[in-house]
Amino acid sequence: MPLTIPKEEYVNQGHTACAGCGAALAMRYVLKGMGPKTAVAIPASCWAIIPGEYPYTALKVPLLYTTFASTGAAISGLREGLNAQGKEDYNVLAFAGDGGTADIGLQALSAAMERGHDVLFVMYDNEAYMNTGIQRSSSTPYGAWTTTTPVGLKRNFKKEKKKYVSDLMIAQNVPYVATASIGYPEDLERKVAIAKSIKGPKFIQILSPCPPGWYYNTADTIKVSRLAVESKVFPLYEFKSGKFTLFKPSKTTSIADYLSLQGRFKHLNDEEIKSIEEAVEERWKLLLKKEQN
Amino acid sequence: MALLPLMYVSSETKVMSSWRTTKPVIDYSKCTRCEICWKFCPDMAINLVTDPKLKTPNDRFNALEAPSIDYDHCKGCGICQAECPFGAIEMVREEI
Amino acid sequence: MKSVQSSRRIMTGNEAVATGVKLSRVKVIAAYPITPQTTIAEKIAEMVANGELDSKFIEVESEHSAMSMITASEITGVRSYTASSSHGILYMHEALHWAAGMRLPLVMSVVNRALGPPWNIWGEQTDTFNQRDTGWLQMYCESNQEALDSIMLGYKIGENKKVLLPVMNMLDAFTLSHTSEPVEVRDLKTAADYLGDLDLDFKIDFKNPIGYGSLISPDGPYMEMKKDMRDSMYNAVGIIKNEISNFNDQFDAELPGLTENFMMEDADYALITAGAISSTAKYTVRKLRKRGQKVGLIRLYFYRPFPGEEILKAVKGLKGLGVVERNLSYGQRGPTFEDVVSSLYGRVDVPVRNYVVGLGGRDIRVTDYELMFENLIEGNNDMEWVNVGVK
Repeated sequence: MPLTIPKEEYVNQGHTACAGCGAALAMRYVLKGMGPKTAVAIPASCWAIIPGEYPYTALKVPLLYTTFASTGAAISGLREGLNAQGKEDYNVLAFAGDGGTADIGLQALSAAMERGHDVLFVMYDNEAYMNTGIQRSSSTPYGAWTTTTPVGLKRNFKKEKKKYVSDLMIAQNVPYVATASIGYPEDLERKVAIAKSIKGPKFIQILSPCPPGWYYNTADTIKVSRLAVESKVFPLYEFKSGKFTLFKPSKTTSIADYLSLQGRFKHLNDEEIKSIEEAVEERWKLLLKKEQN
Repeated sequence: MALLPLMYVSSETKVMSSWRTTKPVIDYSKCTRCEICWKFCPDMAINLVTDPKLKTPNDRFNALEAPSIDYDHCKGCGICQAECPFGAIEMVREEI
Repeated sequence: MKSVQSSRRIMTGNEAVATGVKLSRVKVIAAYPITPQTTIAEKIAEMVANGELDSKFIEVESEHSAMSMITASEITGVRSYTASSSHGILYMHEALHWAAGMRLPLVMSVVNRALGPPWNIWGEQTDTFNQRDTGWLQMYCESNQEALDSIMLGYKIGENKKVLLPVMNMLDAFTLSHTSEPVEVRDLKTAADYLGDLDLDFKIDFKNPIGYGSLISPDGPYMEMKKDMRDSMYNAVGIIKNEISNFNDQFDAELPGLTENFMMEDADYALITAGAISSTAKYTVRKLRKRGQKVGLIRLYFYRPFPGEEILKAVKGLKGLGVVERNLSYGQRGPTFEDVVSSLYGRVDVPVRNYVVGLGGRDIRVTDYELMFENLIEGNNDMEWVNVGVK
């Protein structure tokens, strides 16, 4: 069979991501699309330790580690520094987790997008602070167990809804915004290729399931990724030149199927699952409306 | 001169097999060389090789590159087994 | 080299700083506005807009981002710069460690300003004394001329491969930043020859794509790298001396050494100061000398690396030494006092006293210095607050 995604690898074997890591796949796919002329900035996150301990490194491209809050500023600096040397043809990529994007890194991200540097910011969304041991982030969905929303007798699971940074980026009118999933690598590669072709700021949010953080079997990473899209829990969309396009999965699954695969949702009762279903449906309708406008 | 960490050593020189509790084994007589296992491996531990001696379900697959597990870097997550549409991969318990 | 072409102009400290940036041919400048630094950023933006300076000027959304951004641009291999003050410096504290740990010879100007609460925009040096342990060299300027020269000198010293550390140069809020003085604008061509281009070994290299700031475990070279930073800071002492003398030759300038000794030769009593408050101190020393009092002044031009040996040499034979600090540490004496005492400990027997002055822009008058000298001669050893609680 002809390969459906580029063959070249820019992530080395022997990285220290957990078995079945969704974030490892996200980086693998993004760099396939970006190619060797790319400088990457990574803040505190799982990906700050996945490349391994010095002198080992798991990337075939230069990697600048940054402080937690400053990814957006770091890619701005890399871009302007390279441009000052006439290296406009090199790509600058940010690869940050959901904490480093939705929480502590949001200000620097928003500012970098507003200033319009020619950069791609990728948020690999594993829906919690996984590197520090599964603490709640603003990107953690309603209903999830985390170590800081530990359910208990008082049922203190996460009560707040997920914050969608991709929606915020659309509100900011970033030239290219997309959501993607590691369960659909061809679609992801297409989106990276589009992002690469646009001069200016770009943002892609990639759902990157985490076996230890979501409590599912390591073999199910791709299955969980697909179910998230098929159940409309994580809709795939694109926003380009002001036009919004929503991907409608040909095969749909129930939200209960998606939730039941993951230990982080096992405490939820029927009523709580129903409220998730309603919220997902409501958001889907909103996105459809957005597409029509 | 300042002490600067300028050395580059690829992580591929590290052996990760001790992370594994089960390992994937490919039954080439069922493998259609679709490369889906290669596509979804988070550890780049599936190489594509040309080896006409490998079995195939059908001779027309002989010319195609076949997946080959790199057991030095496979962590045994089982994604390849779960995603293989032809049931050609089996997870086998590692002996201690 | 008396033939060097130069022109003398009247300018504020902030304009002098911006001119220093232009002479250093900085390529990327990121800044966030804060009083009293703003006119540095404005002047640079104007120079870029006029085509006078071939740089990218970016107004960022915070000081943390300003420092993070120039850290990233510098590591691509181009000279980078920012300026800030007060809370801006505190906000970028984490990023200051990051820049120094990456061994990037950035230069940053800091207009020393008090810290809130309560809000106060006037002069005080606590903001940068709080950054003492970040691995940055610190220079405190006394005049607008020094403010200009210190930018070029800062790059020259920081970019020396035996140093490779970032440099902060300080000027006092309003006293220097917004006050005009005659300044010798150094010749652009001479400045370009003097500084050359930035040449980093540790920079983004697509052929050797290392991780810049990779994880290092307790058994890895982490501790060795930190020791190397500290060693480099100490090595900088010799390099600073050479470079200052080189700078003075090149530009016919009059920069002091790591310290400036003022009427110290036969002094019995002396004060130590840093920054623009030194000028009033010098005036007082002259005044008291006329009255026959053997007094002198040691001005710290560099605070990091700490010029302990220079101070030791200067204070031998003194009957009393007063350390004047325009900054505050709670629960212990001032940081300069601690540093001076530890440099002299067991090596010279001079009583040392500590004076806290000028917080939140409080005036430091000639009469205040006179009181400090009087107090020094009397010789009790409590920490003294000067010009405080006086109605």
